Amino acid sequence: MRQVYLDNAATTPLLPEIADEMMPYLGKYFANPSCLHDWGDAPREAMENARLQVANLIGARSEEIIFTGSGTESNNFAIKGLAMARQAKGKHVVVSAIEHFSVLHSAKTLEKWGFEVTLVPVDGQGLVDPDAVRQSLRPDTVLVSIMHANSEVGTIQPIAEIARITRENNVLFHTDAVATAGTIPVDVTGLGVDALSLAASQFYGPKGAGALWLKKGVRIMPLLDGGVQEGGRRAGTEDVPAIVGLGKAAQLAAGSLTDRLNRLTSLRDRLLAELPAKIEHVIVTGVALPAQHRLPGHASFCVEFIEGESMLMLLNIQGVAVASGSACTSRALKASHVLIAMGLSHELAQGSILFTLGIDNNHEDVDYVLEVMPPAVDRLRQMSPLYAKFTRTGKGGG
Amino acid sequence: MPIYSEKVMEHFMHPRNVGEIENPDGVGNVGNPVCGDMMSFYIKVKDNRLEDVKFKTFGCGAAIAVSSIVSEMAIGRTLDEARNITAQLVADELEGLPKNKFHCSNLGAEALNNAIDDYLEKKKKQGGEE
Ligand code: FES
Repeated sequence: MRQVYLDNAATTPLLPEIADEMMPYLGKYFANPSCLHDWGDAPREAMENARLQVANLIGARSEEIIFTGSGTESNNFAIKGLAMARQAKGKHVVVSAIEHFSVLHSAKTLEKWGFEVTLVPVDGQGLVDPDAVRQSLRPDTVLVSIMHANSEVGTIQPIAEIARITRENNVLFHTDAVATAGTIPVDVTGLGVDALSLAASQFYGPKGAGALWLKKGVRIMPLLDGGVQEGGRRAGTEDVPAIVGLGKAAQLAAGSLTDRLNRLTSLRDRLLAELPAKIEHVIVTGVALPAQHRLPGHASFCVEFIEGESMLMLLNIQGVAVASGSACTSRALKASHVLIAMGLSHELAQGSILFTLGIDNNHEDVDYVLEVMPPAVDRLRQMSPLYAKFTRTGKGGG
Repeated sequence: MPIYSEKVMEHFMHPRNVGEIENPDGVGNVGNPVCGDMMSFYIKVKDNRLEDVKFKTFGCGAAIAVSSIVSEMAIGRTLDEARNITAQLVADELEGLPKNKFHCSNLGAEALNNAIDDYLEKKKKQGGEE
């Protein structure tokens, strides 16, 4: 049976050439990069090379890159570390309602630490209105964090516009670029931010390798105390193999960004156009065609009258791996906070389904999805009391 | 998908008794307060026994498997026997459910119970014509 992996937002596969690059650092170059003897040279040089590769990907300087263990760590570090370092100025932080939990829950922790947090809403497409950010600012605001793009609905935010506002108001601006770095062009100067999170696991590198870019001169409170690794900002012996993998992933991404982008966009646009044409009562979540402010490999929908987990299971049996933001698929049994913040009803959010394409996918994969998806939906609708009610009364559809 | 037992998968893939009954003797609807899902059971009663049971479900894989097995467990039982189909029995019959899916087995038992209530209510209203 055909196996089609369409859950690249969860994580991308590790490219074999990246794994190859990492291997020596799991073997003969095992030494601690902090060591002064000769053994420390190779891992240290590899690490500094990786730092440069990551810096090049985002138009930064290598000394501004802090390696972390994940995108989640980078976000925790940015939110807590930047706010805490500026608490003498004020204790107010602004984040959007659709941030990743690593940002939202870090903001919650800040509340416990005496900060106040304002959640900026999004519109029906998941876009943050820069004016809403402006209005949320207060004299005691020290940090704004708005994600570059959302991995559940693919919406790309107007970061540069928001950055103009935060700069005018002398407020730090962090962006979670985990969904974008290595996928679309990301340039820290162009974006105008002060800090940016990224993770290798989203662009064909290894898990356990993230980075926080921090503009030169910006102070941050470390989360991990210990040695003076990463300039004293992130203690702990470095995971050199993972860092090497991150660097290689950044180098490969920088070299093939346009190719990847064009390829993914053409596949995505077919899904965005053809799936709702083939199946009735399907809505696109996020930005619809022509989908400029949307991640290139990202196609997300809500299928009315049915629930996401059962859809996911039927597709899984057909060899298609996807994700859903339905309440039933979440461990907490809560509907996706992103879809709810966009104003979708709980009922509609139950039908959430999300296809995230990667560089291994091709048009045959899309053909296959378009072939197996309609009967799966049909089958579940035949079982659905909501669909029965809709066909009887013509009500409940959207 | 290793989170579900083989039995759950089997019922999910081949659910029994999906549908509605025309002119049912009782209907039971239940909404899931946890995740917002929905189940409807339709019953046909003869001589105090469940002659036929059908269902429609809007919910997760577990909810579909639960509906299917509840319908199977219920058909042929007396009303009192059917009342004894508890969430725990349903989960056991399915060879276990993941912890956070146990509430789905409640739905099935409840929907069936509501259908029986509905039937008894109707019967009472008809003044015990039978
Ligand atoms: S019906 Fe929602 S979790 Fe089972």
